[in-house]
This record gives sequence, structure tokens and C-alpha cells, in this order.
Amino acid sequence: MKIYEMSAGELLDKKENGELDTEDILNAFRERIDEVEDRVRAFITVSEKEVSEELAEMETGGELEGIPLAVKDNMSTADMETTCASKILQGYNPPYDAAVIEQIRKQGGVIAGKTNLDEFAMGSSTENSAFYPTRNPWNLDHVVGGSSGGSAAAVAAGEVAAALGSDTGGSIRQPASFCGVVGMKPTYGNVSRYGLIAFASSLDQIGPLTRNVEDSARILNVISGHDKRDTTSVDREFPDYMEFIKEDVSGMKIGVPREYFAVDFDKEVEKTVKDSLEVLQEAGAQIEEVSVIEPEYALAAYYIIAPAEASSNLARFDGVRYGSRSAAEDVSSMFTRTRSEGFGEEVKRRIMLGTYALSSGYYDDYYLKAQKVRTLIKDRFAELFSGYDLLVSPTSPSTAFKIGAEKDLMEQYRADIFTVPVNIAGIPAISLPCGFDSQGLPVGFQIMGPHYGEGAILQTAYTLEQKLNLEQKPEL
Amino acid sequence: MSATKQKTVYETVIGLEVHVQLKTDSKIFCSCSTEFGGAPNTHTCPVCIGLPGTLPVLNKKAVEYAVKAGLALNCNICDYSKFDRKNYFYPDLPKAYQISQYDKPVGEDGYIEIEVEGEEHKIGITRIHLEEDAGKLIHEGTIDFSTGSLVDYNRSGVPLAEIVSEPDIRTPAQAREYLVQLKSIMEYLGVSDCNMEEGSLRCDANVSLRPKGQKEFGIKTEVKNMNSFKAVEKALSFEVQRQKKILDSEKKVVQETRAWDEDLEETISMRGKEEAHDYRYFPEPDLVPLEISREWINEIKEDLPELPRVRKKRFIDEYGLPEYDAGVLTDTRALADLFEDAAAAHNEPKAVSNWIMSEHLRKLNEEELSPGESKVKGRQIGELLNLIEDDTISSKIAKDVFEKMFITGQDPEQIVEEEGLKQISDEGQLEAIIEEVIDENPEVVEDIKNGKDKAVGYLVGQIMQKTKGQANPQKANRMLRENIKKD
Repeated sequence: MKIYEMSAGELLDKKENGELDTEDILNAFRERIDEVEDRVRAFITVSEKEVSEELAEMETGGELEGIPLAVKDNMSTADMETTCASKILQGYNPPYDAAVIEQIRKQGGVIAGKTNLDEFAMGSSTENSAFYPTRNPWNLDHVVGGSSGGSAAAVAAGEVAAALGSDTGGSIRQPASFCGVVGMKPTYGNVSRYGLIAFASSLDQIGPLTRNVEDSARILNVISGHDKRDTTSVDREFPDYMEFIKEDVSGMKIGVPREYFAVDFDKEVEKTVKDSLEVLQEAGAQIEEVSVIEPEYALAAYYIIAPAEASSNLARFDGVRYGSRSAAEDVSSMFTRTRSEGFGEEVKRRIMLGTYALSSGYYDDYYLKAQKVRTLIKDRFAELFSGYDLLVSPTSPSTAFKIGAEKDLMEQYRADIFTVPVNIAGIPAISLPCGFDSQGLPVGFQIMGPHYGEGAILQTAYTLEQKLNLEQKPEL
Repeated sequence: MSATKQKTVYETVIGLEVHVQLKTDSKIFCSCSTEFGGAPNTHTCPVCIGLPGTLPVLNKKAVEYAVKAGLALNCNICDYSKFDRKNYFYPDLPKAYQISQYDKPVGEDGYIEIEVEGEEHKIGITRIHLEEDAGKLIHEGTIDFSTGSLVDYNRSGVPLAEIVSEPDIRTPAQAREYLVQLKSIMEYLGVSDCNMEEGSLRCDANVSLRPKGQKEFGIKTEVKNMNSFKAVEKALSFEVQRQKKILDSEKKVVQETRAWDEDLEETISMRGKEEAHDYRYFPEPDLVPLEISREWINEIKEDLPELPRVRKKRFIDEYGLPEYDAGVLTDTRALADLFEDAAAAHNEPKAVSNWIMSEHLRKLNEEELSPGESKVKGRQIGELLNLIEDDTISSKIAKDVFEKMFITGQDPEQIVEEEGLKQISDEGQLEAIIEEVIDENPEVVEDIKNGKDKAVGYLVGQIMQKTKGQANPQKANRMLRENIKKD
């Protein structure tokens, strides 16, 4: 096996037994980036530091010592430009590291670069990047999903061992599904958002994209934890997630939401997911059909709440303090021109949607109603999790579609239908590869758990991963 | 029937929105200093300049101060409170939204009692809520010929309490008195300096008129940009007259925001109702709701100081002070404390009050100090008065001693001792000087003997001059008369 094909766990093992050193590892991934990045375009910024420099700066003795990681370009880094794939933030160099970046660096992780995304994380294909779309390593004509598409592609293409993404409505899980990697969205509040450039504050959560489930647990250990700079981060005892990396689902009660499978979606995806359900059942899990609130409601609530918060979160990009500024005669025209020229179409659409939803006279009908729907969905999940350990579904209604494929807006938004309810409820979920469609594109399997149920999710995902033992790798 | 219609009598309705800067050491959502007057943008960090990715963390002290203020304003403190975003674009607002409180403020339903022209009024307080201050724009050159604007974010994130009154105020004088009381209460609590000139107290007013007896409110205007208590009273008086003229000519008042122009002494239209902002308030997702426990509220309540109106009443009852004295002395907590300390050392409250109201306040005024900034302690003023009472010094000398005390903060005894200012009461010593003065002024003595009693004063003056003011004047007067009579 090539070095760039190894998981973080494998790399750490090889270092432990002396087969590899950090320099070998960093060089191997650098070479891989040089080899494939032109075709994949996973990165917006690749670290310009020499390997020797990285070695000199790196913390030693940590959990991720010498492991190269990519970070979605909406997390602030003190030593690299942070753009959110937007023209409006071009040239913005944050004076500080996001909390997760601090944690990664403290554990010896090496930040290899900043990855591409849909502008301000708004989208499901990374085609909304203001710079260029990222291409799917499994088939370069296809999208990588989004919005953490660059992070998913970088892991799939072997450019890094693992990556961080952010998930507001499926932005870790869906690209993980499209790129055949493991993507985990932790419970809201598990990981500090300090330094993550907000899209929708009440939904955003940072999580890992990895080659396997074990690495997901490993990185979750590093990034989870209370941070007093983020008052929405939870102050609790965090378990050692590595303890859940064991093959055992006996007695696990797993619900299959009837309403999710009632959605009109890709038959090949459905079949692949159902096959995996059988695998879990054979392994000893108890699988039952359950009833949830139709995911359409979560989607509707999501497309009110997320744009509403975004309209406010993105208001600060006004050209006054940082990023790009378009010159104008007076302040108010400067605001208008800067924002008109700096934001892309999808970002503007969502800002307008959100502004509308919060406007006086519409607030009660849209924002407030969406919040009530949110409460109902939350309550229904809580109720279900009193009887079931986990819920499962496809991650996405389809596999990776073609770059530039004509899609109407509602169809695009429906790409999030299986992932959005999780964010609305604030619960954790994972997407792991469970097979391939007839085009050879990966299919993702989603496992959802109750608040702080990451352990059971990891254990079940690990078991399925071992049983399926998928060995295909993208050829680049 | 006469054609002249009876003129409608109007009633003024005023409600005030007051922003009070809370004097916590650090800002409301980050640990930057709140100190006034630093070099531009030196008291800033990624949080208070709103860099992307930063998050607010609530300063507990700011909540404590708001609760304290709420309790002192007789508000119900809400045990569940939350923060909301108020969205608008302006260069001094780094996040393009202000974190404020919309529908769940810290406190509700309070009141302030005021007294104007001998009449008591209870002015309702609708609410008190917490919010963050914005930065400040600085225009290069003059505002008319400015080449650009600069922003100073030092003030961005300084905690504010917004206190909204009910429309219970009926005259501009009441509005002013309401502010005076409010300032006094905040000052007593130690939660704000309430300095209008420095901007630590800002006031906007809603003003309308309605025919006397009518329940519905008339059309209101909002008056802004009043930078002193006097300006508030003047601006409101102007606005009331302006509206009255409009109504008297049977026209309609336009609902709008108007700015007080201090130089022109009139209010000027800023923006109409149509241009009014839609702030699109919604709950701040970056902050968890604020739960204020009953225990904490009770703790803060127990810690509340005696408030100005209660203290004033006690000064009248306990010290037998005239109402005017009690009012002046209890205006600020520092002055009231000073009085009580002085009265404890010198058991003549009215004499203490006189000294403080004349000498002490005059010095504070001269030096432009607030009562809290003076070096003189109440005990020292009491001791000074004791020295007058036991004839150690004359009251004239006492004034000089006080000047020194005020500058150095030294005890009066020490100054008297060091400068040899003790009053000459020794009769032998005085007699010698009196004889000298009599010898030097035979004509004056003659005049006195001929019944020109007023001339005694001249001779006493001579004695004082010779003793550099240290002679006990009463004694000198008596001895002088005896001496002349004796001749």
C-alpha cells in the first residue's frame, strides 16, 4: 500500500514500529498533491511551508503527530488566507487560529492546506465556489458534493490522510457519501465553533472526513470538548471515542424511518443501503421500521432558518474592515457595490431569502413557524431515541451527479433531504461508504443517533465497515 | 353664537429611552478594557471588531449591574431572559448587527418617583435591557470637507443598559427631573457614571400632544441628539411648542425622527416613518438564553445601597436638615457619605451641611471634580468644624485650612500645627496687641468714645491684620471695647 493511501491510524502505527518517519509521510502527501491536485482541485490554498519548516514547528508527542490534514476554507487559520471560497474574503488573513485548528496543531497535526467549498458553505456540489469546482476523484466529470467538497475530495484522492469539514445541513456527510469517505457530524455543541466562519450558527458543526471509521473517532477525540469562547459548546465529560471502535452490534435497536424511504430517490442507492441493513441485521442488530416526521418539513424549516441566520451572519462583509471593497461615492453605495460584486449568486439568493423571512410582517409566518417545526422535529427524534439506539437512512438521494448538470433550485435543495433533519434536531450522524452504483460511484449510508450518541454511531459504523470490507479505491 | 372656536387644551406625553454605559472593567462580550480615552482601536480584539468566526461570551458583571439597576428601578427581574440581534448596516457596527434584547429583557415593570414643583409623580419603567455599544466614526478634517472617515472600535462592545420609560412624563421639567433621579440612582449603585457629555448616558425622547382628557395618544416624534440635561429640557420644550403650533393650526404632526440642534435651539427632521429601519430582530443563536437565579437576584438585592430618595428623607428626619440641604447632599452617594462622616465627627448637622454646601461644593466646582474625586474625607471636615467650635481657629482661618486640606488631603490639625495658625485667645497676648492698636489710632478711639460704634470694626480689622488673622475676633472685639471704656 502506498503511503498516501493509508489512514491516519495506519500511518501512526508505521511510525510507531519504525517503518516510517514524519518526513516520509509529509513528503509522500506533498508529492501526491503535486501529482493529482491539477485534476482534482480540492484546495484553495496549499501550505507553502517547506517540509523541514513543518517539522520544526510541529508539536511532538500528540495524538496526530505528523499527520497531514486538510481544513475547509471557512475555518480561520493564522498562517493561511481564509476565503470561504468567496471573492469578498479574498486576501483576508485572520489574526487567529480557530479552536479546532489549535487542537489539531496541539496534537501534532500538520495543516496541509485549505480546501474548496461552496461559497460560504452554501450548496451541495462545491460548484458554488467563486474560484472553481472540485472534481470527484472517482470520476473527474462528476461533482464532489458539498459544501465540504474539497475536504472530501482531498481525503479520497490521497492528498491528505484526513480533513475537517463543517456541516450545516449535510455539508460533511453528503460530500463524504459522494467521495466514498467517512464523514461525521457531531452533536451540536460537541465541537467549538470559535473561528468557524458562520453560515447558520444554530446548525453549524465541525467534524472529520476520514478514510475509515476509526480515524473518525481519533479526530473526534482531538476536536471535541468544551471551549469557553463558544457558549453553545457543551460543558460535559467527553468519552474516549476510540473505545467504541469494536465490531459489535448485538442487541443494537436500529430504526429505519419509513418516511425517508417513501421519498422518491435513486433505486440503486436504495438497494445498496438496504443490502447494508441486512448486513447489520446478520451481525446481530435488531432492525425495525419506524415513523418520523416527513423529512420535507425539516427541509422547509431548514431553508427558512439557515438563510435567516446567514442573512445576519454575512452582513459583516461590508468592505469596511477586511476582504474586498468596491469603491463608491458614499458609504451606503460602498456597502451595496462591495456586496453586489463580492458575493456569488447562491449566497445573494440565501441572504435575500433570509432577510425576507425575518422582515417585519413575515417573521411570524416564516421564521417563528420554522422554529416551531424545528421543536416538533426535535421532540419526535427524542421520542424515537427513547426506544431505539440509532436510526439509519441513505445519506443522499443520489450518487455524485455530473458537473454542470442542469437542475432546478428545488431539486438542488432536495439533495439535503436526508441530512437536514439531523442538523435541525442537533443530533449526531455519520456517513460511511456502503457500496457503489453501476457507474462505480460510491453510495453513502447514514447512521443517526441521539444527542451525545456518537459512541453507538461509531461502533455500528465500524461494524458495518468491517463486514462490508470495501476495497475499491479511486484511480487517478 | 360666536364664530371663534374654543381653543383646545393639550396635554404633553413624553416617554424617554435612556442608554446608560455600565462601568464594568471589561466589555460585554469579550475581555477588552472599557476604559475611556485610549488611542483609537487599542482596546479591541477579534471579537469586538467582529472578525468572522468570533463568538460572544457574556460578561457576568454586566448582567449583575443590569439586575442591580433593574432592582433599584423597582423592576421585576426576569429569571429567563435572552439576547437578540438587531440588524442594520453602519460602519461603526462591526458585525452589522447589535446584540441586544428584544422581547425578554432583564427587567420589566418598574418605576421612578420624582418631585417637580412640590408635586410627586411616579414614572413607570417599561423595561431595562442589556446591549452592546457601537464604535465611533471620526471624520478627517471637518464633516463638510472631509476626505474620509475613520472608525474607532474602542467603544464597540462596551455594555449598555437601555432603560425605557412609560409615556408617563407630562412636562419637559419632569423629563429632566426623571433623568436627574435616574442618574443619581445609577451613581448610588456604582453601575454607571452617567456622564452625558462623555456619552455614558444618552437619551432619546418620544413626544406627542393630545387634547386634555383624551385617552388615545397623538402622533409622536422621536427627538435625538440631546447632550445635556439642560438640552433635554430645552429640546422638549421646543418640540412641545412646535407640535402645539401645528395642532393649533389644525394640521397634523408628522411621525418622524428629529434631531436637536444645540446652536439653532430647534429640532430638525432627520428621517420620516417610511425611512424607519426594519431591524429584523431574531434570537441571537451564538448565546444561550440567560437564566438569572432567584438566589442571585436576592443576593444582589441584599447588597443594594440606600437609594437617594430614601436617604434624603432620612437626612431630613434624622439630622433635621432642611429639604433643600438634604436634596443637594444626597444628590450623589459620595457627597452624602461625606456628609454623614462629617456629621459623625462634628455633632452639628446644619453646620456640617452649610460647610459642605458652600465651601466644599465651591472647591469641587473650581477644580472641576466630582464629589467622589475629592481628597478630603468627611471626618476631616468634622474635625475642622470642631477646631472652629473650640476656638482653636477662626472661621476665616478655617477657610484657608480647608483650601490646603482640599489640595493635600491632610488632616486639619496637622495643617494648623505646621503652619502655626492657632487662634490667639490668650488674653495677655491679645491685650498687648490691642494696646498697640489703640495707641496707633487715637482719632478712631475718640470717634468710638463719641458713639461711632461702627469704628470698632476698623480696629478689630487692625488687630486681625497684626495677628495675621489668628486673633479670636469675638474676644478681640470684647477686650477692645472694655479697654476703650476703661480709659
